[in-house]
Amino acid sequence: MLAVRIVSGTAVPLDRSDVDTDQIIPSDWLKKVERTGFEKGLFSEWRDDRDFVLNDERYTGANILVAGPNFGTGSSREHAVWAIQQYGFEAVISPRFADIFANNCTKNGLVPVVVDPEFGRALLDAVIADPGLVITIDVERGTVEVPALGMETTFPMEESTRTRFLEGLDDIALTLRHDEAIAGYEARRPSWLPETSRI
Amino acid sequence: MGRTLAEKVWDNHVVASPPGEPDLLYIDLHLVHEVTSPQAFDGLRLSGRTVRRPDLTLATEDHNVPTSDVDLPIADPVSRTQVETLRRNCAEFGVPLYSMGDPRQGVVHIIGPELGVTQPGMTIVCGDSHTSTHGAFGALAFGIGTSEVEHVLATQTLPQKRPDTMAVTIEGELAPGVTPKDVILAVIGRIGTGGGIGSIIEYRGPVIEAMSMEGRMTVCNMSIEAGARAGLVAPDRTTFDYLAGRPGAPPGPDWDRAVEDWSALATDPDARFDREVVINGSEISPHVTWGTNPSQVTPIAGNVPDPDSMDDPVAAESARRALEYMGLEAGTPITEVAVDTVFIGSCTNGRIEDLRQVAAVAQGRKVAPGVRTLVVPGSAQVKAQAEAEGLDSILRTAGFDWREPGCSMCLAMNPDKLQPGERCASTSNRNFEGRQGRGGRTHLVSPAVAAASAIAGHFAAPADL
Ligand code: SF4
Repeated sequence: MLAVRIVSGTAVPLDRSDVDTDQIIPSDWLKKVERTGFEKGLFSEWRDDRDFVLNDERYTGANILVAGPNFGTGSSREHAVWAIQQYGFEAVISPRFADIFANNCTKNGLVPVVVDPEFGRALLDAVIADPGLVITIDVERGTVEVPALGMETTFPMEESTRTRFLEGLDDIALTLRHDEAIAGYEARRPSWLPETSRI
Repeated sequence: MGRTLAEKVWDNHVVASPPGEPDLLYIDLHLVHEVTSPQAFDGLRLSGRTVRRPDLTLATEDHNVPTSDVDLPIADPVSRTQVETLRRNCAEFGVPLYSMGDPRQGVVHIIGPELGVTQPGMTIVCGDSHTSTHGAFGALAFGIGTSEVEHVLATQTLPQKRPDTMAVTIEGELAPGVTPKDVILAVIGRIGTGGGIGSIIEYRGPVIEAMSMEGRMTVCNMSIEAGARAGLVAPDRTTFDYLAGRPGAPPGPDWDRAVEDWSALATDPDARFDREVVINGSEISPHVTWGTNPSQVTPIAGNVPDPDSMDDPVAAESARRALEYMGLEAGTPITEVAVDTVFIGSCTNGRIEDLRQVAAVAQGRKVAPGVRTLVVPGSAQVKAQAEAEGLDSILRTAGFDWREPGCSMCLAMNPDKLQPGERCASTSNRNFEGRQGRGGRTHLVSPAVAAASAIAGHFAAPADL
């Protein structure tokens, strides 16, 4: 993945809680065998509604998605992350993410920014009031700032995840440094554990 | 201090604990299906890597497969391409695959247990969030994304941050007619869709101990709907009896040693959980969801709730949106809501015990006029077993449509879909907007309530018939 240090730009306010992965990318889109071309599927059922925020021209060009709590619940489909990214978002801000979704974000360089619920609410209101508002997310310092309003907060991130973002590291290559330990573990596994080739 | 079941399984699988990094866990079984794997196999090819342990990997075709005319090629060209891509990838990388028509094919979370390759103390992953199902055996089983699928294919390991532990204890005894599905819906109703985020839930207490393996799988299956990373149950006699004699079970001389190892996995008496929730099982009744996430649920004897009476403004707003989508009026008794379609199946409730419950309700009765029904066994083996027991003929006589195995209307990637506005009583696990077809309205229920609703034409428990 590509290294990510700073994400700065305007945001789309998605003022809903419990946005699940079936809404982010409906299952019809999961039939693709490629990793690209998912931007059209992003929130595709909601986008049929002309009033849906993604259809609001004032938010064109935004690269940050500000969402309500419990974002990305439901399935493990990484397609949800690909769709958000390919549409042009580089970070998602929410008071709470589903685990697998947050994990999938970090594998692709989409920054999941967890903020406390009050900050999240205030940020949504601010972006609804001013579509041109610029937000800056600094992965290295773990901060979210809205300079125009003097808003600032920090967000948590595992140090190892931060390093992967900052250096754009490939997880598989990192794991393969432990090749000997893996082989050693395999030699110790009980022989009766199931093998799929034997059933 | 003692350790919990989840912590013991975790500790047994740590390959390396690099400082400042998550633990690297060994994966005992990697289940694969056509939807979340093509991009992972592509990634392997691009980087010139192979599948490290094809013998610990198992693939099946389930999400896209049609449930009728399975001897013909898949009509939808996009679905067909995806299934053919899986076949090519499995052939190229040497991964065992059960294709449509194979007697071992079925929904990925049904076939692992029934083949006996899901065992206590294992780590099991799959590019599918309902991998939590396998936790019923005391395995640590969780869903992963496609990048992680590629990681496991290449290395048979996964870097993972250690989750919190959470105990959900179901005290007492279930009333007659209350099923494991009602238990898990009640749990999610209590703790919410975010209640388990960051945690592994261990289900315990007398109600769980008395449950069959099928029932425990139903409960663990929906852990993810409470946001949990995984759900599990301590292995016991019920678990061992279920496994004995299955193709993947430890062979004769190893069986006793395996049982001894498995028996030592239970949570120590002095172990501590990060969080504990206790629910009185005798207070649980059959449940029905009314909204668009699984925590929006009520006992079947209840009414559609009134968002205006909710204290939490976020919950109230979400309920308002849900009622609008679901086409429901606050205050309507649930049993007065008519159903158009009844779907019985999925990795939550597509096992033999579920079909027996449905047949017991259907016996000697008829599906209400105008109600469409689909009974989709979770696997080819479940289907064969049900047919050997004559369940299919009971169901057909009652007017139920008996189908071929697969995920089917659980997520509507195959031709089985709801039409916009259609209302469905479904034994699956997600009532999200559009989950069963664009504009479709899903209510999650147990197999017994689904069957009774098909016969009544509106939501009903078997006792109401
Ligand atoms: S039955 Fe439904 S929940 Fe289960 S694996 Fe298939 S699509 Fe997923």
